[in-house]
Amino acid sequence: MATNGSSKDRELLPIGTQAPDFSLHATPDQRVSLSDFRGQPVVLVFYPADFSPVCGDQVALYNEMLDEFSATNAQVLGISVDGAWCHLAFGKSRNLHFPLLSDFEPKGEVSKQYGAYHDDNGESSRALFVLDATGVVRWNHLSPDGINPGADGILRALDALTPEQRGATPAGRAS
Amino acid sequence: MRRESATGTLTPAVSDSDHAEGPSSAPVTLVEYGDYECPSCGGAFPIVKELQQKMGSDMRFVFRNFPLREAHPHALHAAIAAEAVGAHGDKKFWAMHDVLYEHQDALTDADLAAYASDLGVSEAEITNAFEVGAFADRVRADFRNGVRSGVNGTPTFFINGERYDGDWRDVTAFLSALRSAAKVHA
Repeated sequence: MATNGSSKDRELLPIGTQAPDFSLHATPDQRVSLSDFRGQPVVLVFYPADFSPVCGDQVALYNEMLDEFSATNAQVLGISVDGAWCHLAFGKSRNLHFPLLSDFEPKGEVSKQYGAYHDDNGESSRALFVLDATGVVRWNHLSPDGINPGADGILRALDALTPEQRGATPAGRAS
Repeated sequence: MRRESATGTLTPAVSDSDHAEGPSSAPVTLVEYGDYECPSCGGAFPIVKELQQKMGSDMRFVFRNFPLREAHPHALHAAIAAEAVGAHGDKKFWAMHDVLYEHQDALTDADLAAYASDLGVSEAEITNAFEVGAFADRVRADFRNGVRSGVNGTPTFFINGERYDGDWRDVTAFLSALRSAAKVHA
């Protein structure tokens, strides 16, 4: 797995591993847990910061594609170290219709667990994960901070999931 | 299982069903995925004109739709209106395309219908196309194909089917990328 060039960068949580559960604020008074979405694929979008130009494009793109993601039963979750109030303002300004989670306290803890954290600047890296319905990592991708990774890789990874991995069968929904 | 990425390759390839300016025999085809309300695309509009002028008959330019509806509330209808006008010929399509980029601050449904009317296309034809029908379908198909081809924002350019990741604002670099693509092909 390529890194961003800093020796302090971590390795992304590898494909085939069980994604660690987490519970983060989606709004100032509401928390969201990864396990809430057990039984369906989850797309985790780690990104450096609200309001930075590239993130804006990236989340705007995913926001336009929610129909396509939900066609594969998938839920998209954005994660950065910004606070919940910042996420709220960012989500409103971009008309976002998917949750932005705040990896704020302890700062970057979840990003670190997924290998998606830059120790040098204290931000999440631009990392993508596709988890199957049982929470196993099926695809990951690390993009240089300045490059919007787009969505084609995510869509191909979702396409590659088996019906069980999509949670399309009763077995996949057991949780 | 991890699948090899084919990021940045245009699918489907350019065909007769695309809106194209310039000869189909040109050694370079430049494709833009754009949004009529996107300020960056507005910035790219004169740059593309300059590239077209400098490349002459060595370049064919193709425009496909990538409206970011949530960010730009008029973008989807603008794209549909351009397609509906385009049904009356590519010349009208490009006239509409140019009018829209020249009036990015006036893209309400009434504005769109008025621009179409100026080009000899009835207002009703435009407003009827907004919600359902072949033109709306085409815009959605462009968007979906764009995402699959690696479009990650607007504007995104492809040179002979490969995504151009250089800075499109740098005309000199863009031009030299187009010229070297022309040489490879020749």
